[in-house]
Amino acid sequence: MSAVQPRVATAPAALPAAGIGAGAGLARALAPRLGLGLYLLFLLVPIYWLVNMSLKTNLEISSGMTLWPQNPTLENYRRIFTDSSWYSGYINSLKFVLLNMAISLAVALPAAYAFSRYRFLGDKHLFFWLLSNRMAPPAVFALPFFQLYSAVGLFDTPWAVALAHCVFNVPLAVWILEGFMSGVPREIDEMAAIDGWSFPAFFVRVFMPLVAGGIGVAAFFCFMFSWVELLLARTLTTVDAKPIVATMTRTVSAAGMDWGLLAAAGVLTIIPGAIVIWFVRNHIARGFALGRV
Amino acid sequence: MAKPRDDRAWGLVLPVLLLVAFSALIPMMTVVNYSVQDSFGNNQFFWNGTGWFRELLDPSTDLGGRFFDALWRTLLFSGLCLLIEIPLGIAVSLTLPRRGWGVAASLVLLALPLLIPWNVVGTIWQVFARRDIGLLGAAVNGLGIEYNYAQDPLAAWITVVAMDVWHWTSLVVLLCYAGLRAIPDAYYQAAKVDGAGAWAVFRAIQLPKLQRVLTIAVLLRFMDSFMIYTEPFVVTGGGPGNATTFLSIDLVKLALGQFDLGKAAAMSIVYNLIILTVCWVFFATTTRGQSEAVQGAGQEAGR
Repeated sequence: MSAVQPRVATAPAALPAAGIGAGAGLARALAPRLGLGLYLLFLLVPIYWLVNMSLKTNLEISSGMTLWPQNPTLENYRRIFTDSSWYSGYINSLKFVLLNMAISLAVALPAAYAFSRYRFLGDKHLFFWLLSNRMAPPAVFALPFFQLYSAVGLFDTPWAVALAHCVFNVPLAVWILEGFMSGVPREIDEMAAIDGWSFPAFFVRVFMPLVAGGIGVAAFFCFMFSWVELLLARTLTTVDAKPIVATMTRTVSAAGMDWGLLAAAGVLTIIPGAIVIWFVRNHIARGFALGRV
Repeated sequence: MAKPRDDRAWGLVLPVLLLVAFSALIPMMTVVNYSVQDSFGNNQFFWNGTGWFRELLDPSTDLGGRFFDALWRTLLFSGLCLLIEIPLGIAVSLTLPRRGWGVAASLVLLALPLLIPWNVVGTIWQVFARRDIGLLGAAVNGLGIEYNYAQDPLAAWITVVAMDVWHWTSLVVLLCYAGLRAIPDAYYQAAKVDGAGAWAVFRAIQLPKLQRVLTIAVLLRFMDSFMIYTEPFVVTGGGPGNATTFLSIDLVKLALGQFDLGKAAAMSIVYNLIILTVCWVFFATTTRGQSEAVQGAGQEAGR
């Protein structure tokens, strides 16, 4: 009885204290949310402004500041989808991005396996040399690429851009895949060899499914860096393979400033990236750490 | 467990080697070739030895002065980007929710700027910061602050740096978030038992555990901000005057604008060597510290 007494006696005194503590705790719990909210707002407002402009007529854009379209119009989008010089830009971009993804992964997979499983003559030097290509400024390559691809007859084809983007995507893909492959125990390789798997069959049917996450991440990064690049894509194409990013720069300088059309084209280039992100949303965090956490 | 030595592994590396040799080595040799020659049009070339390099590295010449101006601007830009983006990225990563629907939603929104083509990033900010039709430009001018990135160098710099922060801080956030997720709960429980505050937890647990991902973040952010071309080119075109002419912009002007092959090639090589050296030094020092730590941990575990 006497043991219970003090607890009952302190309870009323403890309640207000707990209330204050909860209030401070609530503030402490809300502060990060608020910070995050503000940061996300900072990210989204410029994008909102672009979307906003894409739905306005040029008259409305130039006549004054409106926070949302007063007379929303899809005219800018209609022009893009009915003009082949615009929409073919999107198709050209997708062509070289997909080509680049396929080439990069095809050559990077065996190489990453070699780096993760074996030591061989000059392996460390080779690895750093590969990565050093990721560090080379595209501006350095612009002119020699122009001459090289003209000389071999690939100029103004998706192949030229896809191969050029391999310079920075292949090293990155090797780096990412090596990180993921090193996480797979080597006993699996040995067991497969004992079970009589040939190397190619083992690699494709046993090993690749095990690093499927890594392959996805590598493909995501190849897509990302090929999709966003402008300098090389613009330098290596003129008419037939002109990507959308280059079409946009041309139109800006040509017919004065068609802000609405430019904004609509910009919004349309954001969409593929947004779709890709949505698909990988559950792997983003680990993916951006390149499998190295 | 040590990796077995097997030189046959070269066979697996060969495709990459051939591809990268075609796409990188041949162009690089072209650049080296041009850097030691002079051309007078008509595809006639003359041996110029190290002439371009001597001119480039001497700030008193036209070429050298221009090169060093662009170099300091680029270094200042990279420095500012790292100074803002790394702390901000760490801070934002600490505010991200750890479970629930908010995780995926926040990550998708955060990753969005990273997937926008670079010239569209430029376009977004060009429009957003204009004083006549842009929300930011109009708002700042509405507050009575004179702001016009097309004429005022300081405003141009603020715009370009803000754009880079907007574009790339998310990368640092995502890397740090991955690093934070990898910390076992036991660490936090131990800290709670010790009565450690948020700051102590950050200093003693989170920051050390983030070292590895922060290495990647600093390396990537340095390389990419030092090579930046498209975004500032779209927004300011290198201006006003030469205020935001970074090395890449200057190089493209020299190579594709003026077709000054020898000078451009020499500049390319020096530019490339700077990036390589900085990255190598940074990479070597940080990974050495780490491999020692790993070995130390291994010995601890072995005892």
